[in-house]
Amino acid sequence: NSGTKIHGNRCDGGIKCLKQASNATTTFLCSAAQPLSPPSSVLRNEDLKEMLESNKESLKLEAMKRVVGLIAKGKNASELFPAVVKNVASKNIELKKLVYVYLVRYAEEQQDLALLSISTFQRALKEPNQFIRASALRVLSSIRVPIIVPIMMLAIKEAAADMSPYVRKTSAHAIQKLYSLDPDQKEQLIEVIEKLLKDKSTLVAGSVVVAFEEVCPDRIDLIHKNYRKLCNLLVDVEEWGQVVIISMLTRYARTQFTSPWKEGASFEENNEKAFYASDSEEKSERTEAEAYVMDPDHRLLLRNTKPLLQSRNTAVVMSVAQLYWHLAPRHEVNLVTKSLVRLLRSHREVQYIVLQNIATMSIQRKGMFEPYMKSFYVRSTDATHIKTLKLEILTNLANEANISTILREFQTYVKSQDKAFAAATIQAIGRCATNISEVTDTCLNGLVLLLSNRDETVVAESVVVIKKLLQTQPTQHSEIIKHMAKLFDNITVSMARASILWLMGEYCDRVPKIAPDVLRKMAKSFTAEEDIVKLQTVNLAAKLYLTNSKQTKLLTQYILNLGKYDQSYDIRDRTRFIRQLIVPNEKSGALNKYARRILLAPKPAPVLESAFKDRDRYQLGTLSHSLNSKASGYQELSDWPAVAPDQSVRNVEVVEPVQEWAPSVGKTKKLKSDDKFYSDNEEEKAEEESESSEGSSSSSSSSSGGGKMVADVYSRASFQVTAPSFGPVKTYELLHHMTGKGLSAKYHFPRQPCLHQPGMVAVQVTLSNGSDRSLEEIHVGDRSPASLNIHCFNTIERLEPEASVTVSMGIDFSDSTQAANFQLCTKEDGFSVSIQPAVGELLMPSSLSEQDFSREQGKLLGMNETSATVAMATANASSQAVKQRVLSVANVGEVPSGQDVAHR
Amino acid sequence: MIHSLFLINHSGDIFLEKHWKSVISRSVCDYFFEAKEKAAEPENVAPVLQTPHHYLITIYRGKLFFLSVVQTEAPPLFVIEFLHRVADIFQDYFGECSESVIKDNVVTVYELLEEMLDNGFPLATESNVLKEMIRPPTILRSVVNTLTGTWSNVGDTLPTGQLSNIPWRRAGVKYTNNEAYFDVIEEIDAIVDKSGTTVCAEIQGVIEACVRLTGMPDLTLSFMNPRLLDDVSFHPCVRFKRWESERALSFIPPDGNFTLMNYHVSSQNLVALPVYVKQSISFFDSGPCGRLDITVGPKQTMGKTVEALMVTIHMPKAVLSANLTATQGSYTYDLATKVLVWDIGKLNPQKLPNLKGSLSLQAGAPKPEDNPSLNIDLKIQQMAISGLKVSRLEMFGEKYKPFKGVKYLTKAGKFQVRT
Repeated sequence: NSGTKIHGNRCDGGIKCLKQASNATTTFLCSAAQPLSPPSSVLRNEDLKEMLESNKESLKLEAMKRVVGLIAKGKNASELFPAVVKNVASKNIELKKLVYVYLVRYAEEQQDLALLSISTFQRALKEPNQFIRASALRVLSSIRVPIIVPIMMLAIKEAAADMSPYVRKTSAHAIQKLYSLDPDQKEQLIEVIEKLLKDKSTLVAGSVVVAFEEVCPDRIDLIHKNYRKLCNLLVDVEEWGQVVIISMLTRYARTQFTSPWKEGASFEENNEKAFYASDSEEKSERTEAEAYVMDPDHRLLLRNTKPLLQSRNTAVVMSVAQLYWHLAPRHEVNLVTKSLVRLLRSHREVQYIVLQNIATMSIQRKGMFEPYMKSFYVRSTDATHIKTLKLEILTNLANEANISTILREFQTYVKSQDKAFAAATIQAIGRCATNISEVTDTCLNGLVLLLSNRDETVVAESVVVIKKLLQTQPTQHSEIIKHMAKLFDNITVSMARASILWLMGEYCDRVPKIAPDVLRKMAKSFTAEEDIVKLQTVNLAAKLYLTNSKQTKLLTQYILNLGKYDQSYDIRDRTRFIRQLIVPNEKSGALNKYARRILLAPKPAPVLESAFKDRDRYQLGTLSHSLNSKASGYQELSDWPAVAPDQSVRNVEVVEPVQEWAPSVGKTKKLKSDDKFYSDNEEEKAEEESESSEGSSSSSSSSSGGGKMVADVYSRASFQVTAPSFGPVKTYELLHHMTGKGLSAKYHFPRQPCLHQPGMVAVQVTLSNGSDRSLEEIHVGDRSPASLNIHCFNTIERLEPEASVTVSMGIDFSDSTQAANFQLCTKEDGFSVSIQPAVGELLMPSSLSEQDFSREQGKLLGMNETSATVAMATANASSQAVKQRVLSVANVGEVPSGQDVAHR
Repeated sequence: MIHSLFLINHSGDIFLEKHWKSVISRSVCDYFFEAKEKAAEPENVAPVLQTPHHYLITIYRGKLFFLSVVQTEAPPLFVIEFLHRVADIFQDYFGECSESVIKDNVVTVYELLEEMLDNGFPLATESNVLKEMIRPPTILRSVVNTLTGTWSNVGDTLPTGQLSNIPWRRAGVKYTNNEAYFDVIEEIDAIVDKSGTTVCAEIQGVIEACVRLTGMPDLTLSFMNPRLLDDVSFHPCVRFKRWESERALSFIPPDGNFTLMNYHVSSQNLVALPVYVKQSISFFDSGPCGRLDITVGPKQTMGKTVEALMVTIHMPKAVLSANLTATQGSYTYDLATKVLVWDIGKLNPQKLPNLKGSLSLQAGAPKPEDNPSLNIDLKIQQMAISGLKVSRLEMFGEKYKPFKGVKYLTKAGKFQVRT
């Protein structure tokens, strides 16, 4: 669990293994083809299999087409996998493409077999044709098999540096696929994203921003340097890319610029005003005091998105509209109105979304859409949800000036055959009536007229709305209540009847004569009423009993008696409760005194407001806004910062920093000279590839022995090899004095760079003479394997008895733990000895920061990585102890760590 | 972004599914079916639905539902626009976008879907690019296919357009006859109330182009009266800067058919409606019957003939049958959908067409509360009702002389008469 730099080995190991596996493909498939056919399967699958295995291209193609037909229908075709996968390398493009379709669909279910196709894609990734490279990467990254994660990673990295922007675009898509397959790759993927964000191609821009949004939307810092470039490229990016870039930049701008909406603050343009004809009017309103200065970058974004309002793509228009809504100074937002209204002529689904957004906007900014009011008039052919939204907007737009027009329009809607819509219109009228006091009476009268409507839904809705209206306007409405009482006999909808009864009870003091009469009627028909009406009857009776007990005492008692024996327990309960509450008797408790205050308390009026009232908490145009609930993955739009963060972060140096990933010709040459330096090992060259030559040469001179490996990998940043970490020195026996005829030898690893030759591990050997005579000419003799590269110590001419001498030698273990065998010779004898290095001794610490470390670590995954769990005694749990232990087995250095629990 | 796509027919069968990420079980559509069940008409199903783990975004086109599954936040319009683009491409490839056509061409459809999205993000949505990669079916090829089964759908050339700065145009276009046709089509959206007063009316137009020109022509289309255009949206090929400065359309066109621009005529201009309608529809309180009398006459047609005149009425549910006589054209009444269609044809100003007769109502049903509104369809050839005129078309970049043509057409859009 203490991650050390042990993973210094073999980057290409994983690929090698897979290549072997794919070599075995042919043999395996031949055997798999026959025995895999299950007897239960349908005959048709058998036929298809036969066709796929035939030699005729046309038959194969025909079979694949049928298979794809099966997939399209959602039928299971997974058992054909072995037969299909064989054709992955076919020369026929269509056949190949269909096989790809199949592979991507079923690879997840047949992981082992899917691996067999990998080598084909790896080969295709190296094709000179960019489309073939791109499609290979597309399919490779679409195969959701966790084992190939390192291969995908490698392919993505390579593709991200490809010459072709199309391939780079594909790699941006692949990033998201890999991320969803293995989120642990995040850090490395962010690096690739960072690099792709720098890309200047319009093809790549959209795709990489999608990847950014998916993998690391919170890494706003990656955008700084690319912000201006993205703004400038925007117009030329393909339309889908525009949508994601705009929505990302909206989020970005809200964190980086100050609010242009300051109350009373004037507006000042600090760059060329000549750009804007429309700015002239703003000049006039400018004041000296406290001028708000818009960041030129903020202006750049607004300016460069504006032409996109003319896009044919509705999503682009919507995203620009939301950008203006969230970012532009108030008076500029009106720019988007016309375009949004234009979208209303598009498909029904588009209308739906656009209307939703307009509904939210029109609550805050009536003025924006008022000139276009007629565009929201409802047609009888509109879908119900469209009608309701239009109604909502019209209601939002209503003001003193236009209310009469709107009400006339509403009158038509009330007559609609779509009764749900008619009911919604009545609600809307109610809202207009409460919002605009001038028309309250008109509306009320209109609604009263509707009470004589033949349609029950309309009547019921009217009664309910009137009830609400009367509550908000508790004066001079006895006329209406009287009118409703007259209508009462004709109204059959129970909800409406109940509402009228409630009104009677609530305002019984205003209709003192009518209310008891209504109660009398109700007493007659009580048993035939719906429950809801019965409940309100009981309420009415109770209220009347309290206010006018002289007239209604008997009636109330009669109704309470009826209620007592009702079938519904609700009504029985209510009756019992009311009786205890209002009729004083010896059993009734203290509540009786408060009956009047309980039943006739002033009730707050219901608030009639837009259903879109609270939607503005979501960014416009988002799925969350449409659903009015937070969708997963929704990125909150932050509030404007009070003080703008540093603007200079977006400055880009004119001279591009040296591109790490695309080495210039000069560098390559230098590298070659280094290669000679490393005459001994080929495989490391691959790892170095594009490293800066400077780094590797400096490190190679300073590093030594086994340390070289790690140092090489890290050389690009020209890491310093640190002083040996101080650990306990462990001494091993090389030669026992019994076998050595008195000569004994012990060795240890001093953990120092080998002075003799980089690439060697320094070993210190202590020779001592245990015999009683002096030994002469101690030297290193034959070695095996013969190629073993040892830097020997100088021959020791003479070693006296009981004397010992320490010599140092260098051994090149070639980064393996294979023992170095050699002979230790004296003048008379030769003794075969061997030094077996521990893995830990082959390493070499280098000092680097935590970030550098994690970045380098990210490059060594897959086969280079090993993890294990170690059970630790509590005594060892302290970080000191852990370090001690690790140092005792490996020559590593410590990287300063931000976390307490991780040691690097 | 877009996780999966399901194509569902009118009766609720899923007949095609495609996944761009991991496979999502088709049972996710059950939530949609539930919503569909509740909505009386397929048009009334909400385009965005929420399920416990997914979001369903649906469009309804050509009696088909295109249902896409989305797992995380994504702009709904993005998805809707894309789905419509898919339907457009099907239309473009197969001539129509229907269940049977999609089933017949399932392999091509699948290949198209594969190219259009990568990991749920649109890759190639330009018809020109797609046609280079996947050939549209032709009669010849389908014949050869059935005979030998060898002709490939997939183009062997690689789509170069995708890489260029003008992805909408393929390279190496060659024609013996070089032609460029532009259709200026205007639609009148209007609501006329009972008394014949115009409640609202507006004109929106579209310029459809069919350009078959060799090489890389650079065209400039200018108007006599560009001031009429209030709000415009362009095909990506149009250079916006030129429009802003000169009010002319400058573009390198895609090859074949495409929509060059959409526009809206400024609402200050009063819209002259080409026809008027006199109507009276009434239902009697006594007895289950009603009466209908409709006359259509010309209003402002600028001397052109009104053609393809048609009146559609969605009758109240209670109307059982119609017994009418038409002085011109013929009428049909669909008992199931309660839609009365009167196909008039050419409008003769001397003899105004009239439809008259009685409607019978379901016995016992209450008399319909209100009268149904009339939807008018019409066409006027050789006229753009706004008065918009193309002044000239110039071509740069190529030497030959193309054949140029402009056609005007006025249609009724959402033209509704309330009664």
